[in-house]
Amino acid sequence: MNTLKKIVYNCRQATLLMEKREFVKLSFREVIELRIHLYRCNVCKLYGQQTRIINSMVQHIFKNQQYRLDDSFKRELQNRIDEELNKK
Amino acid sequence: MTDDVVATDPRRWVGTYADYLYAFARKRIDDDELVRDLVQETFLAALQRAHTFEGKSSERTWLTAILKNKIIDVYRKKSSVVVSSDVVNAEREQSDFFGEDGHWNKEHRPVAFGIEGHQALENKELNHILKQCMEKLPALWLAVFTMKHIDDESSETICTQLKVSASNFWVIIHRTKLNLRACLQKNWL
Repeated sequence: MNTLKKIVYNCRQATLLMEKREFVKLSFREVIELRIHLYRCNVCKLYGQQTRIINSMVQHIFKNQQYRLDDSFKRELQNRIDEELNKK
Repeated sequence: MTDDVVATDPRRWVGTYADYLYAFARKRIDDDELVRDLVQETFLAALQRAHTFEGKSSERTWLTAILKNKIIDVYRKKSSVVVSSDVVNAEREQSDFFGEDGHWNKEHRPVAFGIEGHQALENKELNHILKQCMEKLPALWLAVFTMKHIDDESSETICTQLKVSASNFWVIIHRTKLNLRACLQKNWL
C-alpha cells in the first residue's frame, strides 16, 4: 500500500514511468498505478501528451535536417583516397 | 573474375557516400570540424579494411557502422569525466521541478503549449526552439537520448557503450525529457 500511495501521488515517479513505457513494457502494477495517477492528475496527463509531441518533433528534426559537404572538402577527400590507393 | 570479388570501389566512395555520412554524424555531433575529421577517418579506416568487406551488408551500411563506432568514441570521451559540469548544471536546473513529496512545484508545472500534434511538427519556430534546447543538453544526455530515440539501440547496448548503469539509464532518459520540455515551455510561451 505504501508504494502504491507513493506512485499514485508522486508526479516525479509518474513522469518517469511515462518515459519508460515508450520503450519497455511496464509491470502490471506500474500500469495500474500510473493509470490511477493520470486519472487524477491533469498536469501529468498534459506532460504525457507533450512528451509524445516532443518525441515526434525530435524524429522530424532529425529526418528533415539537411547537411551537405562543400565541394572543396570532397575534392580533398577524394585526393586523399586516391593517394592512398596509389601507394598500394 | 571470380564470384568472391566483392564490388567495392573506394574511388567512388566520396561521390556516393560523403554527404550521407557527413549528415549522419553532423546530426549527432554539434562540431563541424570534428565531424569532417570523422568522415575522413571513416574512409581511411575503410580503405585499410576494404579487403574485409564481404558484401553481406550494403557498402553504405558498412561505412556507417565504422562511422558509428567513431561517434561513440567521441560520446564516450565527452562523458568520461567523472562528474562533468554540464550534467551538474542540468541537474541543478531541474532540482526544484518537484517538491519533496514528488509533486510538481507550481512554477514548473507543464502548461499547455496551445499547439497540437501535427501543427507542432510543422511549426518552424517551435522546432527551432527545440533544436536549441537539444544543443544545450549535457553531452552524455544527448548521446543517450539520440541513441535511444533516433538510432533505436537497445538499452543494454547504450549502457555498455557509454558506460552508464542500467538504473542511471532511465534517470537520464527521464531527466533529458524533463529538461527539454521545460526548456520548450520557457522559450515558447
